[in-house]
Amino acid sequence: MTTLAETAPDVLRVTDRKSARAFVDTHIVPYADAYDRRGRVPEELLERMTAAGLWAPFLPRDTGGGGMDLVTLGEVHEEVGRGCSSVRSLLTVHTMVSWAVQRWGSPAQREQWVPALGRGDVLAAFCLSEPGAGSDASGIASNVVEKNGGWVLNGVKKWITNGQRADLFLVFARTATSIGAFLVPRDSPGVEVTPIEDMLGTRASMIAEISFRDVALGPDALLGPSGFTAGMVLTGTLDLGRYSVATGSVGIVQAALEACAAYASRRTVGGSLLKDLPLIQAKLSDMVTDARAARLLVAEAGRLKDAGEASTIMATWVAKYFASTAAARHASEAVQIHGANGCGHDYPVARLYRDAKVMEIIEGSNEIQRITIASQAEREII
Amino acid sequence: MSGNAKDQILDFVRARYPQAEIDETQDIFALGFVNSLFAMELVMFIEKTFEVTIPNDELKIDNFRSATSMAELVDRLSPARV
Repeated sequence: MTTLAETAPDVLRVTDRKSARAFVDTHIVPYADAYDRRGRVPEELLERMTAAGLWAPFLPRDTGGGGMDLVTLGEVHEEVGRGCSSVRSLLTVHTMVSWAVQRWGSPAQREQWVPALGRGDVLAAFCLSEPGAGSDASGIASNVVEKNGGWVLNGVKKWITNGQRADLFLVFARTATSIGAFLVPRDSPGVEVTPIEDMLGTRASMIAEISFRDVALGPDALLGPSGFTAGMVLTGTLDLGRYSVATGSVGIVQAALEACAAYASRRTVGGSLLKDLPLIQAKLSDMVTDARAARLLVAEAGRLKDAGEASTIMATWVAKYFASTAAARHASEAVQIHGANGCGHDYPVARLYRDAKVMEIIEGSNEIQRITIASQAEREII
Repeated sequence: MSGNAKDQILDFVRARYPQAEIDETQDIFALGFVNSLFAMELVMFIEKTFEVTIPNDELKIDNFRSATSMAELVDRLSPARV
C-alpha cells in the first residue's frame, strides 16, 4: 500500500513545538469540531501523523525513532492537545504502550513491535480499566492462566481509548501471583471490540469496550517481569500517560485562552469590547497565569524524566492535577465568556469544556492524585 | 560489595520514610513500605545513581528486600573495576 509519506514527502515533519504548532494549525484545528461531531478521527489524519513522525518520536534512534527528549515530547503533545484532545488521547495511549515495550520488552518483543510502533504502522491501546475497576487497578478481574507453555486470557476492558482502531493492545490481567501486562494483537481469536459512542468528551478518541474470551497467547506475550515488580510496568506506563494528559490539559487552557482572546476582541456589549471589561480581563489574566504555571510544572516533570530522576513520578502527579483542574476551570470560564455562542457548535469552547472534564478523571482521578500527593507530602514534610 | 552504594541506597529509603528506623539488613517489604510506586522510584534511583540498567530477570523481590541486597545487585550490574 502506498503511504502518504511516500506520495507526499513534503508533509511537515514534527520535531519540536514550532513544527508541531504548524502541523496542528494546518491539519487539526480546522477539523477538530467535525471530528468531535462524527465521533472519530479520520484515517487521513492518522496517515498524516505517521508521515509527520508524530506517533512515538521519543523512541531511540537505533530502533528507527527520533530520540526526542521528553520535555520536547511534552511540548508536542501540548500543541496537539491545543488542537484536539481526542487526537492527543490517541497519541497518549500509543506513547504509553510504545514506551512500555521499549522499556520492559525482551529483545524479541522489541524487535517485533518497536519499529512498527515508532513508524505508526501499528497503533496501540492501553487496556487497564474494566466495568468494575477504574483508578483502582487492584480491582481488575481480567485474568490469565498458564496453559501449554503460553497463556489464556479472559476478561472485559472498558473505556479503551483508540480501542476501535488500535492494532495492538497492552492488557493488564491477573496472574496466579500478581498483575501482569500482556501484548495482545487485535486479530487474535477471541478478541471482540465494541465501540462506545456519545461520550461526554474526547468524543473522537474511538473509545471501545474489548472482550477477551479464551484468547490463547504465546509465552512471549508477557511484557516485563512477573511477580512484585510487574506492578512497575503499570506504574511506569501510567506515569508517562499522566504526563501526556498533563501536557494536553495545558493545551486546553491555551486553546481556551486563544479562543477567548479572539472573541473578546470582537464582541461588544454596551458599546464596549469584552476585552475591556474588568471581569473579562480577570478571567483572561487567570488563564494566562495558569497556562504558564501548568506549563512550567509539566516541563519540570519532563526534565526529571529526561534526567532519570525518581522524583519525576510525584512531579508528574502534581503537574497533572494542577493542569487538569486548570483546564476544567478555564474551559468553563471560556464558555461563560462566549455566552450562548459558547454553548453551540460555532465556537470550539463547548468541546474544550467537555474534553477538560475528562482530563480530571483519566490516568488517575484527581481524588486519587490528591491522596497520593498528600501522602508524599506527609512523608517529606510532616 | 560497595559500602558507599549501600549507604546511598539507605539514605534514599530513609529520605522517603523519615519516620521509620531502617538499617541496612532490614526487609523493607516486611516493614510494609513498598508499593508499586516506591518500587518504581527505587529502580529509577538505582539506575540513575549507579549508572546501571536492571534487566527484567534481576527484577526479583529478593534483590530489593534490603539496602544490602540492593547494593549487591548494583555490584553485579556494575562494570568490573580494575
